[in-house]
Amino acid sequence: MPTCKYDWPPANERRLIGKRISRIDGPAKSGGRAKYTYDINRPGMLWGKVLRCPYAHAKVKSIDISAANAMPGVKAVRIMADVGKELLWEGAEVAAVAAVSEELAEEAVGKIKVEYEPLPFLVKEEDLSKAEGYTRPPNIRKVGDPHKAFQDPELVVSEGYYGAPVITHCCLESHGNVAEWTGPQSLRVWASTQGVSVIAGEFAEPLGISANNVNIICNYIGGGFGSKFQVDPWAIEAARLAKDAKAPVKLMLERDEELLVAGCRPSAFGKVRVAAQKDGTLVAWKSEVWGTAGPGGTTSPPLPYVLRIPHQDLKYTAVNTNIGPARAWRAPNHPQACVLTMCALDDLAAKLGMDPLDLLMKNADLAPNEVLARTYREELQKAAELTDWKKNWHPRGDKSPGPIKRGMGISMHTWGGNPHNSRCTVTIQPDGSVEVKLGSQDLGTGTRTVINIVVAETLGLPLEAVKVSIGDNRYPPDGASGGSTTVGGVSGSTRRGAVNARDALFAVVAPSLGVQPDQLEAVDGQVRVKGDPSKALSWKQACAKLGVRPIEAQGEQRQGAECKLNDGGVGGVQVADVSVDTETGIVRINRLTAVQDCGLIIDLKTAESQCYGAMIMGICYALYEEKIVDRLTGRMLNPNMEFYKLAGIADVGDLQVHLMTGPGYDERGVIGLGEPPVISPGAAISNAVANAIGVRVPTLPLTPDKVLAALGKV
Amino acid sequence: MKIRMNVNGNWREDDVEPRTLLVHYLRDVAGLTGTHVGCETSICGACTVLLNQEAVKSCTVFAVQANGAQVTTIEGLAREGKLHPLQQSFWEEHGLQCGFCTPGMILVAHQLLCRNPHPTQEEIRKGLEGNLCRCTGYQHIVKAVQSAASKMSATEPVRAVAAAG
Repeated sequence: MPTCKYDWPPANERRLIGKRISRIDGPAKSGGRAKYTYDINRPGMLWGKVLRCPYAHAKVKSIDISAANAMPGVKAVRIMADVGKELLWEGAEVAAVAAVSEELAEEAVGKIKVEYEPLPFLVKEEDLSKAEGYTRPPNIRKVGDPHKAFQDPELVVSEGYYGAPVITHCCLESHGNVAEWTGPQSLRVWASTQGVSVIAGEFAEPLGISANNVNIICNYIGGGFGSKFQVDPWAIEAARLAKDAKAPVKLMLERDEELLVAGCRPSAFGKVRVAAQKDGTLVAWKSEVWGTAGPGGTTSPPLPYVLRIPHQDLKYTAVNTNIGPARAWRAPNHPQACVLTMCALDDLAAKLGMDPLDLLMKNADLAPNEVLARTYREELQKAAELTDWKKNWHPRGDKSPGPIKRGMGISMHTWGGNPHNSRCTVTIQPDGSVEVKLGSQDLGTGTRTVINIVVAETLGLPLEAVKVSIGDNRYPPDGASGGSTTVGGVSGSTRRGAVNARDALFAVVAPSLGVQPDQLEAVDGQVRVKGDPSKALSWKQACAKLGVRPIEAQGEQRQGAECKLNDGGVGGVQVADVSVDTETGIVRINRLTAVQDCGLIIDLKTAESQCYGAMIMGICYALYEEKIVDRLTGRMLNPNMEFYKLAGIADVGDLQVHLMTGPGYDERGVIGLGEPPVISPGAAISNAVANAIGVRVPTLPLTPDKVLAALGKV
Repeated sequence: MKIRMNVNGNWREDDVEPRTLLVHYLRDVAGLTGTHVGCETSICGACTVLLNQEAVKSCTVFAVQANGAQVTTIEGLAREGKLHPLQQSFWEEHGLQCGFCTPGMILVAHQLLCRNPHPTQEEIRKGLEGNLCRCTGYQHIVKAVQSAASKMSATEPVRAVAAAG
């Protein structure tokens, strides 16, 4: 018997939940019919373009827009940074143009004359000694007595330098909007956004209109990864241009702008000392870490990551630099923490002469709680099985002959994944049709499909019997999609909404079946009496009893809501198997294996895909990605996809995903999955390279030059 | 400049500026927005279309260069409302997530299967290495192409499908 009104169905009763279900928007996407913001074309629409600052730090001395304004076909020109305005990074907005074609808008931008006064800047932070005047006061924290702990002569101490540079989000669909005024005070925006329900106010305030009069629409989005929460200055400006020009304006960033200003991931570099007893028991940790998030400062990655080492001495320094400001990047601060910790532990294991998997297993009890400790032990075990670790792993340095060296590395991670607040409406019409509406968005993760599965499962209907309406802020408000909060949020609200709708239907139908409403169940397209399938109505017959009044039921997921349908706090273990060419320094991924838990899985297919997608992002930042900024000119040297390299299909090797399901996992309820599998690849791959070549390549990305430098060959 | 082009089986004539790119012509003049622009510099392949049966990155082809040609976009692959086996397989095998790169992936996979109806996993990876994906994870794209290859060899000759564009 269910213990709470809104329980998930038990495993043996699930028809859809946890199965491998193809995403419902697949045909629209593979057919080219899915309309992304970039694909929205409105009658009379103009194109917006932005003039951007070419300096890392400058003041506007003069600006002249007259030539641009005079061009035929240019419908509006607006100054975004007037005389005297200080601009803190290359790419900061200076002016914007709307014109009848994209080419013309671009040409008009080139006609705007600006004089700048260049100012001093800092764009590189890896050498902290050269960042004087740009650092914030360090954050210092101690746990236990690290000073005394490190003095114990019995301990084995490992020291190292590790790091990960600033990288970008590089969404394939760039940031942008189509803005259209639907009345003097009312605006409609098709936005490439992760937060359909939450951004109306950010448009309303600067435009001096009511948030109620801002309609946000986003049906499909080509990637966000944390960079598409906020309303950007160019989005507001698109609305202003549309107002001035009295026509809709589409303003999507170009690739160079996307890489310059639309988000980066903060860097983290650090010196780490870690001490353990000879049997591998971790005792003490000391780290001096610094990083930058652009001009706005940042906070320390959570160190030491995952394991609560008893004695800790932590110092973190934020460096202000003149690069486009950071935004949340999938699992904010965790990949950096993971590199700093898991690489340091791997070096410690090498010094101890210990298998790193054994070291992690031995210290799993240092995880923040018993659930996580047990999860790590099970996942380490599973990862060892899947990779045949005990047979394939060798001590540091592949001793086989020839220039190609093979190695294996391991890492583990954690993430929250608790649900965001979510509300939905479930409507059952007298003709039997069902619709669920909520102001959520599907980043590609499969949110639409998850909602569909939950409602169809609850009402005993096939998937296609339920219409899912999301992507519009006129629907009940849902949270922004970030931090792996969406699946918990939408599954919690829609399960409750569907149960409420179903129970309302049961109340209407029960008398005609001569039973109490709680004796009914909705299964296989029928409403029937539990234990007596002969007393049944088809779904259509049951709904016909509603007469002319549809059911409209609400469902809500909020903190402290009645009945627990979800949880937070997952583990995750990854193992990389790489080959390194010691003559060229090129690292090849042979195989990357992810073992991941996420509580109760709604759709196994989309869940696995989250892992695959995260793993290639991980391979990208482990091997290739870096926002390279020139120390002398302050300009980004690779604002394009030739030199801001992403992994291709031939670069990623074989990817293997194992999701932990069944007893011990299912009963935790639903937990978000977007972030966790992106955290470990950097550390696992770095550790595999160290295992292959016998030395540590200190910082990501593990480019050929750095590999050769670590080998002492350049 | 006047150009004449067969797009997805229909001839059309338009006046375009010489600087108009094929991708902008398809998206903004012909209204076929399934073809996307990702990188703008022919690295990512989101803009891939078939030009006289050959996969090209339409962000670096001028519309006037396609004058007189036969162009197939993602919208032109389905027949009578029925998805092409590649489109069906990308859906069923989950070869797509956000879906932004998908049209380009499918069209370049189409070219691959025309040239090599039974590619190995390695040949698929080599054939698709000019197209980038940021979120699906590639593994299922390989599976989708394999699945489409077996569907297509079981039903109709690959070239007939290609020529239908």
